Amino acid sequence: MAVGSEAASVSSAVRRWTLNLVLLAVALVWLGPYVWMVLGSFKTLSDFLQAPLAPLPSSFQLGAYRSVFQAIPIGRYLLNSTVMALLIAAIQIGLALPAGYALAKLRFVGRPMAFVTVMACLLIPAQVTFVPVFLMLAKVGLVNTMTALVLPFGASALGTFMVRQALLYVPDELIEAARMDGASELTIIYRLLGPMLVPTLVSLFLLSFVFHWNDYFWPLVMTTDETVRTMPLAVALLREQGTGVRWHIVMAGNVILSAPALAVFALAQKHLLRAVAARR
Amino acid sequence: MLRPRNRAHPYLMLAPTLVLLVVFFILPLGVAGYRSAFSWDLLTPPRYVGASNYTRLFASGELLRTLGTTLTFSLVVVIGSMLLGLLLAMAVNRPGKFVGFIRASVFSAYVVSWVSVALLWMWLLDANAGVVGRMFARLGIGESGLLAGPSTALYALAGVTVWKITGYSMVIFLAGLQDIPGEMYEAAALDGAGSWGRFWNVTWPLLRPTTAFVGTSSLIISFQAFDVVRVMTQGGPAGSTSVFVYAIYEHVFLNFRLGRASAMVIVFFCLLMMLTLLQLWAWRLGQRGFRER
Repeated sequence: MAVGSEAASVSSAVRRWTLNLVLLAVALVWLGPYVWMVLGSFKTLSDFLQAPLAPLPSSFQLGAYRSVFQAIPIGRYLLNSTVMALLIAAIQIGLALPAGYALAKLRFVGRPMAFVTVMACLLIPAQVTFVPVFLMLAKVGLVNTMTALVLPFGASALGTFMVRQALLYVPDELIEAARMDGASELTIIYRLLGPMLVPTLVSLFLLSFVFHWNDYFWPLVMTTDETVRTMPLAVALLREQGTGVRWHIVMAGNVILSAPALAVFALAQKHLLRAVAARR
Repeated sequence: MLRPRNRAHPYLMLAPTLVLLVVFFILPLGVAGYRSAFSWDLLTPPRYVGASNYTRLFASGELLRTLGTTLTFSLVVVIGSMLLGLLLAMAVNRPGKFVGFIRASVFSAYVVSWVSVALLWMWLLDANAGVVGRMFARLGIGESGLLAGPSTALYALAGVTVWKITGYSMVIFLAGLQDIPGEMYEAAALDGAGSWGRFWNVTWPLLRPTTAFVGTSSLIISFQAFDVVRVMTQGGPAGSTSVFVYAIYEHVFLNFRLGRASAMVIVFFCLLMMLTLLQLWAWRLGQRGFRER
């Protein structure tokens, strides 16, 4: 008996360690490419010509980053991306609060209709609307403006729905009491309910910020010059520029592009995971 | 539910949201439907052509070809990411720093932009300068580059997409696994079920709503693929990676055929609607499963 249970515990230890090794290999498959990207960004053209597959650069050089800054006005693109993503997230939160409040808490004619309209928009992606929207914005001269990048996403169907769902759990008495104290509806929405909904709003902010920071499709379609061009577009263009592909320069741009998204992920990992899992 | 203080209040609160949603989502869809009945190249005035944009799409074989490409791509992505996501979710479904690290590393690919991922893998898959590309070349697959071969490019793109979204399906599966009460496993163990038995009799049936949800949402994600195609292959080689959204984009910005593009938009939207209804059904299934427990 004793021998048998010892054998069982040995075999379970073997199994545990095999599993851990497999998981380590998994981590390598997912993290390896980033490490490769960062190492590649420190290489020089001659490194690439002499030993394209060498993991380490012959010496750590910042030349590729310098080339990125010389090739494109990256500061401007970073600013464009940041302003765009922040504006979209802020406007979405600002508009979703009153809309969600009306849908969750107020009795009025046409409420089901309004709710269905919001929900219907969840089903319509930008890939379906871009042609008419592009032509419409072109007609009023808004192509290549921040407005064209921000305004179409100012109202978020998902955000409105999230706020409405969260408000269903807030008791009516609380709002009635605030009304009794003489608080205006705007005060109730932004000062009383806003702070109570912080977890929902943080989820909305993270989902929205990461999505629009990363978005390639809409800025690609709505911009034709560099005035409001955003980071993903600029870095993708980096590859199309010049003769022959200079991977070290493209990877340097790629490091600058992916670092903010990864930083947000590192800082708000638990929250982001919860926000994604909650959408199921 | 409260009575509004002023009858206009609810409408004022909803107005900005509804106006933006109608102007930028609902109206454009209607406009696309209207334009699909015209032949228009932006330069000459639109000409009414009835349903001929649709019949041409069908008769020229473009619609079926694009649909076939998109479905092949989606099938590989959905099966690959679900299988990997489920296996990983089961492997990391325990507390601890180590598995937390594995979870975070797989999920990080979902957070990084499609452009980053596409550029990174373009380099890794390069026949000369890429580590992964070289490994495949040594095996005799895609010696001139996986992305350069008409028979391999679509699968390479699908592989990259699997790498990108497996973290998403893992997270959803993980949440589904954690909803399964531990007593179910204890009961199964008492009945003498081994780990296979526990998987087939407890995990799999109770996870079915989650599986349906992950399946339909990864189907929707893969149906909307554009960035990887635009960055990595531009629909080529020989049109072998021209998926739906890319084909629409090409009609608009390269061929200036707006009527044809609008017809494709409408067909694409109808397909997406069908997938969404499927997802709604999966979601309902999940809600019901949850209530029954």
